This record gives sequence, structure tokens and C-alpha cells, in this order.
Amino acid sequence: MMTNNTADKFILLALRLITYAIVLVIGYILFDIIRHGASALNWQFISSFPRRSGAAGGIFPAIVGTFYLVVGTIAVSLPLGIGGAIYLAEYAEQDRFNTLIRLAIVTLAGVPSIVFGLFGLGIFVLFCGFGPSILAGSLTLACMVLPTIIVASEESLRAVPKGFRDASLALGATKWEMIRTNILPYSMSGMITGSILGIGRAAGETAPILLTVAAFYLPRLPKSVFDQVMALPYHLYILATQHPEADRIRHMQYGTALILLLLVLGLSLGAILIRTHFRKKYRW
Amino acid sequence: MVEQSIYPNYPKDLEMVITTSQVNFFYGPTQALFDISLLIPAKHVTALIGPSGCGKSTFLRCLNRMNDTIPHSRVEGAITINQKDIYAPGTDVVELRKEVGMVFQKSNPFPKSIFDNVAYGPRIHGEKDPIRLAEIVEQSLQQAAIWDEVKDRLHANAMGLSGGQQQRLCIARALAVGPKILLMDEPASALDPKSTMRIEDLIGELRTNYTIVIVTHNMQQAARVSDYTAFFYEGSLIECDATPKIFTNPRQKQTEDYITGRFG
Repeated sequence: MMTNNTADKFILLALRLITYAIVLVIGYILFDIIRHGASALNWQFISSFPRRSGAAGGIFPAIVGTFYLVVGTIAVSLPLGIGGAIYLAEYAEQDRFNTLIRLAIVTLAGVPSIVFGLFGLGIFVLFCGFGPSILAGSLTLACMVLPTIIVASEESLRAVPKGFRDASLALGATKWEMIRTNILPYSMSGMITGSILGIGRAAGETAPILLTVAAFYLPRLPKSVFDQVMALPYHLYILATQHPEADRIRHMQYGTALILLLLVLGLSLGAILIRTHFRKKYRW
Repeated sequence: MVEQSIYPNYPKDLEMVITTSQVNFFYGPTQALFDISLLIPAKHVTALIGPSGCGKSTFLRCLNRMNDTIPHSRVEGAITINQKDIYAPGTDVVELRKEVGMVFQKSNPFPKSIFDNVAYGPRIHGEKDPIRLAEIVEQSLQQAAIWDEVKDRLHANAMGLSGGQQQRLCIARALAVGPKILLMDEPASALDPKSTMRIEDLIGELRTNYTIVIVTHNMQQAARVSDYTAFFYEGSLIECDATPKIFTNPRQKQTEDYITGRFG
């Protein structure tokens, strides 16, 4: 008996240490970036255009560029992803064709991001003729986050109890009325939260935008969706590895990393707020 | 006319609102109902009893075509409600379900306000006038004997109600659509004795205006609330008759064995 008890305690300790280790890694990354980046951070850094190929000045166009890309990605991927999830969760039967669709989604989730970048270059930039542009970049990023959005949305649709569906139908609702009035409102929080977390990840990706939208150095703001933009992840990559003065502009690199991190954290925070809001509104 | 012999000897002057003749039901390859021929009289309570898995709930869900939502299921035979074949091609399921309301075993109010729960049905059927909606809501809650308990908190979340109140709210929600027939699938099986009694009293009040079909596990309940009782066993209808007759002098040995508690 004694040994069982000891084993139990040991397991608990081990699991706890593993969990702490994860927190430690994240904590160290955050600490390192904040320690070095905080000094670069000031209003001028955020609001002004870069000078001397990014060695001086600010990162304003890159912030704006990433913001536009996030908005564009949301606009394209949310309707597509949620629509697809509604079809899969509510309408699709469990036949071979839909098994194939599911397989495709899982595979899509596993495709490396550089492959998405090349796909975007081939399809959106060249074939569709959008050129390197916000449009092409958003579409490419949207393709990348679609699996995340579909899976998260489908799960949260399926989580709505059968009782609500039965009750709606028994009251004479059509299938779509049932979905619109008694499924979507309750699953919205899960769908939005999952989607935003996926989009947050995409916002930090370099490979998909590398070939489809990101400009190396473009110290002005875009005028339409067909313009190129600078973007934070790519700008960071340039500053850290490609810049001739890379060694002397560490503060610029850390500052950019910090802003990118804050942006992604901000998106996550937004997702949490939305979830809390809906949870309060509909609880069961 | 269907053959008289397959139906029990109900009084001649009873108006039959639901007629089913030789209904078979399949879940994929599995047959769940065999040759069910049953008459359900208007403005009376008909109880469907039998052991778990005997098909009574499946049969109930055929009456408002709720089984349509089950993939690979199939119905054979004829079910008519007010002389209309409800499985005929071109039948408007929405109209059918407005006519035939349903209350489920597990109370399932929507996570919305009490008012919005009751107004849900009328709203999806196009009622927009707020005054008219308020009337329907009050009327339905009155009919379901829950108005006095909730009239001061119509805009509170329905999930805050007790189990018994939730079930009566679900009954009000079903009534708000204006059905003539009410299907109840073990409406009190998850409730405490006091709440059960309130539901049974309510059924007693509703029977004057509605045709009620109730599935129940509880034989005392069937005896208390129903006028007619149908006994199902292994997917077949064994016997159907006036409730006192079923409980005192059943014709079939299987019915007697079940109601005396020898199995089930």
C-alpha cells in the first residue's frame, strides 16, 4: 500500500514539473523579448516610418500591413470556414465523399506553411493576376487557417445539445431556422474563439506572406488591396538575418518581435473576451 | 375504410384524430416497429406503455415525423392525422409540427429568457406583433399552470427554473404554437414526485382541449392520467383498450404479466 501511495505522489510531482517546465520556457522567451525590446518601444517607434532600410525610425507600415492582412484573412476565412463547418456538422451524411472532405481538411492542416506560400504565389499572385498584394496574401493566409477554423467550429456546433435541436424542430422550425436561431448563437463563442486563435497564429507566419505580399522595404501605406505591404514577421526576419547592420540594430529586432507578440496576445485576449461575453449570454 | 378487426372496440361515437395502419419502422436494417395499427381518440389521453426498447417512443416520434432526422430510417404503412396521410409526398412537415406539438423526456428549454422560449414558436411562424406575442405567451403559460410562478421574471433565463418548472415551460412553449395534439415522451420521468403530480394534474386539465399521447414507464401514471392505454412489446402493439380495462381485465396474457410486474 505504501508503495502505491509513493508512486502516486511521484507521478504527481513529475507531471507538475513538466507543466512548470512549459511555463518556464514561455516565461523565458517573454522575459527575453521584453527585456531587450522594451527599450526600443516608444511612440515614435510605433508611429513613424522606417529609415535607412529599417535600421532607424519606426515600424508603422509593418504594423498597418499586418493589421490589414489579419482583417483580410478574417474576412475571407471566417465565412468560408464557418460555412464549411455548418455543412459538415449539420448537413453532411457520414458517407465516403464526406470522409474524403474530412481527410482533406486534416491534410490541409498539416501542409507546411512555405507550401502555402508557393501555392499562393502560383494561384493568387500569378494565375489570378493579383500580383504580390494584400489580397493575395490574405487569401493565402486564409487557406492556411481554414482547417483550424473548420475543426474548431464543427466541434462547437456539435457541442450544442440535441435537446435544443429536437425542441426547435418539434416547434415547426425548418432545419435552417433551427440552425440560425438555436445552434449558431450558442456555438458562436466557440467558433469565434477557435478562429481567432488560428488567425493569431497566421498573423505571425512569415513563409506564406513571403512570396505573396510582403515587401522588403516600403516606407509608405497601401492604397488598395492590390498593393504590397510590409508585415511584422517578415520585417523581423529581414532585420534579424538579412540586414547589413543586423548586429547593431538588436533593439529594433526585439522591439519588432515585442510588437508582433503583443498583437498576437491582443488577438487572443479579444477571443477570450468574446467567449466570456457569449458564455454570460447563453449558459446551460 | 381500414379493416375494423385490427382495432380495439372503442365506443362508436369517439372521434378518431390519429389513425395508424400497419406501420413498420426501420432503423437501417433493424426493424423497430411491426405492423402497428392504432386509433387515437380526439380530446382524450392515450398512454403508450411497455418495457424499455419496446418501440413506444419510436412510435410517438413517427406521429410528428421527428424520426425524419434519423439517417437511414424508414417508415412503412399509413399514418393519418385528421384524415391526412402525414407521410404522403408533399406533406409540409412544418405545418404538421404546428398541429402536433411535442414535449420531451428531458426538459429542454432554450438558454434564453422565459418569454423568448414561449415566443419562439410563434416568432418562427411569422408573428411579429409584440402585443399579440405577449398575449400568446401569457395564455400559454397560464394553460401550462406556470404563469403565477414566472410572471414577475419573464425576462430571466429559463435555465434558472427548477426541473419541474422547466418541463411545464416546455409544455407552454409547445402550446404557444397552437397545436391540437400534444405528444409527451415520458414528460415526468426525470422529475421528483411533487413535480410529477403537477404535470399529471396539468395533463388532466389539458385533456379537455387537446388530444394527448403520452409515453410512460410508470404504470401508475398511465392508470392515473389516461383514458386509453396501448401496450407495446418488442416493437409490436399487443393490446389497446380503455385504461381501466387494461389494468383490471386485459385480454392478452403478456399485458397482464407486464402490468402485474412479472417482467419489464
